[in-house]
Amino acid sequence: MTLKRFIEKLIEGMLMISSSISALAVLLIVLFLFKEGFSLFSTSPLENHNVIVVSKGNPIEKLTAPQIKDIFDQKITNWQTVGGKNDTIILFTINDVSNYFSEEEIGENFEYLPEKLSRLTDSIPSMLAVYPDKYLAKDFKGKTVSVAKNNIPDFISGREWFPTAEPAVQLGVLPLILGTLMVSFFAILFALPVGLATAIYMAEVADERLRKILKPIIELLAGIPSVVYGFFGLIVIVPLIHDTFNLPVGETALAGSIVLAIMALPTIITVSEDAIRNTPRSMKEASLALGANKWQTIARVIIPNSMSGISAAAILGIGRAIGETMAV
Amino acid sequence: MTMNPKIESKNVNLYYGAFHALKGITMSVQPNTVTALIGPSGCGKSTYLRLFNRMNDLIPGIRIEGDVQIDGKDIYSKSLRVDELRKKVGMVFQKPNPFPKSIFENVAYGLRVNGLNHASFVEERVETSLRQAALWEEVKDKLKKSAFELSGGQQQRLCIARALAIEPSVLLMDEPASALDPISTSKIEELIYELKSKYTIIIVTHNMQQAGRVSDKTAFFYLGELIEFDDTQVIFTNPQNPRTQSYVTGRFG
Repeated sequence: MTLKRFIEKLIEGMLMISSSISALAVLLIVLFLFKEGFSLFSTSPLENHNVIVVSKGNPIEKLTAPQIKDIFDQKITNWQTVGGKNDTIILFTINDVSNYFSEEEIGENFEYLPEKLSRLTDSIPSMLAVYPDKYLAKDFKGKTVSVAKNNIPDFISGREWFPTAEPAVQLGVLPLILGTLMVSFFAILFALPVGLATAIYMAEVADERLRKILKPIIELLAGIPSVVYGFFGLIVIVPLIHDTFNLPVGETALAGSIVLAIMALPTIITVSEDAIRNTPRSMKEASLALGANKWQTIARVIIPNSMSGISAAAILGIGRAIGETMAV
Repeated sequence: MTMNPKIESKNVNLYYGAFHALKGITMSVQPNTVTALIGPSGCGKSTYLRLFNRMNDLIPGIRIEGDVQIDGKDIYSKSLRVDELRKKVGMVFQKPNPFPKSIFENVAYGLRVNGLNHASFVEERVETSLRQAALWEEVKDKLKKSAFELSGGQQQRLCIARALAIEPSVLLMDEPASALDPISTSKIEELIYELKSKYTIIIVTHNMQQAGRVSDKTAFFYLGELIEFDDTQVIFTNPQNPRTQSYVTGRFG
């Protein structure tokens, strides 16, 4: 008797330990993600420990990452645009060293470079120079321009996504978020009606033999890797959209939505079909016994009764589709 | 017996695939009476009951022979619409099976699916039905609440009210009190007694005393055959068939 109780307690304890371990693991992963993610916001968008320097007389104190990008893309060519004097910006990066100095002047191990660079910025007032901070002279006479750090509001509302831009990266995820939302919204819009219709057909209309053939096939579809769906989208759907709407390119959000919808379909169909079939027979009979026909029964009793299962199906299906963005 | 029978079955045979479930049943039911179907489990009495609103149609591989008439019309004729038949023949099931809707909507369901949506009409009919089912006083303040909040006995009376709302002329009851406690059972039995004045009722029951209390006529089924059909009093006090005798006295079944 005591042994039995001891075993019961033991099993209880083991269950508790395993559940708390899994909960802890999930929590740790989330914490890790946030820790790693937030460290981004305390770093400067400048790559490779670069500094931006200007001459002492230049009134510019700060530049933003988009401004730097525009300057390097030659879209901004005058200091006035960023709040300085009316003067043309002369760009200098570490790659331009050989245009200004000979190898002898720099020295074999770049030992004279910091001093040369310091003098160079001083001598050309309208120069904007970018080079690694290890070449910044100790008695540097010009001044370094501070660049606004990555921050959360800009991260979320920024429209530009250039994570590899030189010399300053731009991390605006707004278009990414909006794109994902739009594509998944339209994917749900396509997939849910079709999936629900198929599920209803399989659960309530199709005869048993047909269902036994259809169900494994649809479940098999859920196992196809997303690359295959993506390939299918690229080969079939993209040209189709291209031709139908007479667009220059077919790689639109619509194509993405359709591929995602197709990917989500098998999950939506099987899960919601199970939910629909789980409607108690007594409930269906009650409805039919009151003179409701088959379709009234489906619309008024079976669907409302399996609503939680159907919404779970939609979430699972779209979750899979969004999770495996490979296809898009 | 000069009246035309309300329900009549002539030599009805029913097969589930190869299984011969009902064997040549001939029986007629007078209007405004309560007929009890008794017999051991699997004797075909529920199957026979479900013949009258064609609930058996849902089961695949079923085959029905013979003639079933309600009000002199063949209910298995091709020209008859099943949903029209089911409006005339209400059914109450073994277990309470309310819809996952409010109490009000449960009763209104039958009206709504038949296109009767006029608000005041629906309200009036729901109240009448709930009163007929002796449930009105208990639920009148919580019509918007879910039907699942009611007790089992209340749910079963709700199912009766739901069946009454479309004003059928026949009411089929498949062991309506088998899942209920004695108090709820006696309420249902009183109800059956009162409903008799307006409806023709056929009730399947495993409970001999119940059959004795509520019914005018009793039919004893055994292995798919109708063994004996007579006034309830005769069946319970002076049955003609020895098998009926041993069943009603509790010697088997």
